[in-house]
Amino acid sequence: MSEAMKLFEVFIRSKRGLDHKHVGSLHAEDAAQALEYARDVYTRRSEGVSIWVVESSMITASQEDDCESFYDPLDDKPYRHATHYQLPEAVNNM
Amino acid sequence: MSEQHEQIFQNRIDAEEKIEPKDWMPEAYRRNLIRQISQHAHSEVIGMQPEGNWITRAPTLHRKAILLAKVQDEGGHGLYLYSAAETLGISREELIDALHEGRAKYASIFNYPAITWADIGAIGWLVDGAAIVNQVSLQRTSYGPYARGMVRICKEESFHQRQGYHIMMTLARGSADQKHMAQDALNRFWWPALMMFGPHDSESAHSAQSMKWKVKRQTNDELRQKFVDQSVAQAEEIGLTIPDPDLIWNEKRGHYDFGEIDWDEFAQVIAGNGPCNRQRLTHHRRAHEDGAWVREAMVSYQKKVQQRREAA
Repeated sequence: MSEAMKLFEVFIRSKRGLDHKHVGSLHAEDAAQALEYARDVYTRRSEGVSIWVVESSMITASQEDDCESFYDPLDDKPYRHATHYQLPEAVNNM
Repeated sequence: MSEQHEQIFQNRIDAEEKIEPKDWMPEAYRRNLIRQISQHAHSEVIGMQPEGNWITRAPTLHRKAILLAKVQDEGGHGLYLYSAAETLGISREELIDALHEGRAKYASIFNYPAITWADIGAIGWLVDGAAIVNQVSLQRTSYGPYARGMVRICKEESFHQRQGYHIMMTLARGSADQKHMAQDALNRFWWPALMMFGPHDSESAHSAQSMKWKVKRQTNDELRQKFVDQSVAQAEEIGLTIPDPDLIWNEKRGHYDFGEIDWDEFAQVIAGNGPCNRQRLTHHRRAHEDGAWVREAMVSYQKKVQQRREAA
């Protein structure tokens, strides 16, 4: 494999109205080529109506190992959930 | 060529397919969406004011934490909606300018003051309740990013209405004074909540075209009826009275009949002469200007990071 090849992440929208969903990655020289490769590899069975390719190096990701501290400020707020509020049965479908 | 495009576009909508940002779309559809989505976004953000007003005065720490979380959510909803509008090729700055210059509207309800704690209950129960009726319908709007934003917002919004109703329920079951306070809030917010659905279908400037494009899926009057129907039982459950002498179950229609809205009041508030219009816009402008240094600092920091990276 050539050293110049870059890694791209591939996202596919299976149907209009739905979000693009990550399906995998591939190597390509540039974005246009990545799009064609993605078509050839990831949509052989009509899996989608639209493809996004993004250079993997462009993605900034949080680390799962950091979950505890990263999400800590959000974990003690049960009142953000609808089920926190006990309402009479007659109106409970609110 | 454009006629052919227009046909493909309308066929897609008629077939219940979503329109996505990179699709061809008529200029009027784009403009109509920018108007509606930005109005929706501005409503979320301006709506933080009447409630934010009570964060420091909530009766318990628990209620204060809840209210803070709710107001934070509204800010987040504004963000989702501004982002959806931006996929149509307009910048955040242009959208905010339009609000500040009065070219863009927001929901008229937020021009009413929240003068007692019970108003926070009434806002959650009725104002968020009315917004949810509208937003549930908009989950099926034809523009993909708007529809997906609505799905997310509806999911988060369910706690807002329940916490409001819970406040009303607690007051209604409390002392005579507390019950009176709850009834007073209902009296003041009921009619403005009904106005949130906009003019009658026969008077609505944008309705017919929006329905054809499926930007709107149900008419103003249909949504208003749905809201009235669901609210009556909720009021009865906690012993409060909806302030409408004409409100009566209509067996034949299978719906409640209700009285006429004071459309002069609605027109006045829309025209900028509601109780708090000037205060709301002045506050938003001031907050935006006071926050300018934060935006400038972020740009300046980014430049320094860039320079350091280049020097290394």
